[in-house]
Amino acid sequence: MAKDKLHKEVENSSTKEELDAKKKEMILFLSSSEEKEHFLSKANRKLLSDPLNDDNPITVQVLGICSALAITVQLQPAIVMTLAVIVVMAFSNMIVSMLRNLIPSRIRIIVQLVVVAALVILVDQILKAYAYDVSKQLSVFVGLIITNCIVMGRLEAFALGNGVYKSFLDGVGNAAGYGVILIIVAFFRELLGSGKLFGYEVLGHKGLTIEDSTGLYALGYQDNGLMLLAPMALIVVGIIIWVQRSRNRKLIEEA
Amino acid sequence: MNKNSNAYTFIFAILMVLVVASVLAFTATSLQPTQDRNVRQETMQNILFTVGVDSVEVDGKLEYLSRPLAEKNFDKYIKETIALNPDGSVNESVDAFNVDLSKELNKPVDKQVFPLYIAEVKQEKYYIVPLRGTGLWGAIWGYISLKDDVNTVKGVIFDHKSETAGLGGEITKMWFRQRFEDEKIFDSNGELVGVSVVKGYSGGGDKDDNKIDAISGATITGDGVSNMISERLKHYLPYFKEQTEMKVATK
Repeated sequence: MAKDKLHKEVENSSTKEELDAKKKEMILFLSSSEEKEHFLSKANRKLLSDPLNDDNPITVQVLGICSALAITVQLQPAIVMTLAVIVVMAFSNMIVSMLRNLIPSRIRIIVQLVVVAALVILVDQILKAYAYDVSKQLSVFVGLIITNCIVMGRLEAFALGNGVYKSFLDGVGNAAGYGVILIIVAFFRELLGSGKLFGYEVLGHKGLTIEDSTGLYALGYQDNGLMLLAPMALIVVGIIIWVQRSRNRKLIEEA
Repeated sequence: MNKNSNAYTFIFAILMVLVVASVLAFTATSLQPTQDRNVRQETMQNILFTVGVDSVEVDGKLEYLSRPLAEKNFDKYIKETIALNPDGSVNESVDAFNVDLSKELNKPVDKQVFPLYIAEVKQEKYYIVPLRGTGLWGAIWGYISLKDDVNTVKGVIFDHKSETAGLGGEITKMWFRQRFEDEKIFDSNGELVGVSVVKGYSGGGDKDDNKIDAISGATITGDGVSNMISERLKHYLPYFKEQTEMKVATK
């Protein structure tokens, strides 16, 4: 095999220069073969799946909390926000990864910001033109993706040091991990706060009096208005963290 | 080239800004017509919604009034679009449809123009007044349509910039807007008071008391709606007085 042949050549090389040259070739060969690994190899799958559980950006790294409070009152905006963040993170990770050997390290944060901001504006403009109703729902929150610490965090921690494809996966994985929590929180807040899911009255219709109501409301059930307020998102996130840590002991820090 | 040199850093920054700026400028300019069209269609859709046109007949079937359909059918229902001067005379030099209320509101009242739409649906005449005011976090706006007596509300539609979702944001919902239907904007003394959104209101179905029930947890947004309606409508009073014999509802 090519690899063995290279190995032999390294061993057999007589002069020091020749040895260095062969070693260089060997390193190049190995790094290129690494990029050629199966596009959904175990390592790559891990990039996608880790942020969904053991390395979740919200519940484990506790990043991106601010937007988790703001857009989780209803399910639908939460889902659209998730999609927008996936697009922005995947592409910003890819772009920064492509430029990683060109970016001057002293202004790298600014470069990352510019890339993210440009992508967010693009997403916003395209939504306004082709998905007007969705863009109205998200209103200011699309702009707030720029300030989402997860995006910057992944650029800084991953995309600057990894290949384009891996960075793409990392971006999608982390955005999805963020989105999953967003959707779970939104599910509970919309269900308990307004008795609806996607705007449908799943718990029955709430009339002005008990007689007018159907479903749970006819039994005297009341919506919990607290769930609509921002602090409840933190409490729901807290409960998710609790559940996650009791199921996965290794996430608990030593006291 | 040394990637840590100042020259490289400057060149990189300048190139990056140039590239990003041209990409964004290109996208913004090329998408602008589509975006403007969306806004225009939405305005038309909103105006038609307030006079109860929420579906139109297409090939013999009733279809929901989507934004493109609203644009197609707008002229069918809206007979006149005029801009009024503060004294109630018609200002011919202004294109009323394109009047931007957010800009008008920054002018002194005697410099403002007041757009007004006159609709005819099923032989009934309606006056539609655009609204704009302030909620809790930012601007709120909408349209209110009045029946021929210039007193009874036919319908309203609201939108907002950044009211709290689930609280103030609920003003856009049908159940809230329905509360305005058939309410009167003049009180029993013939004074223009608009329709007030009242906290803890229990008047229920009384359509003559100029009051509707507020949304719990959205008192300030509700007050914003009340103020917006009375503030905007009062500027149309001279015109309405001229146009019709006022039939003020007295109990």
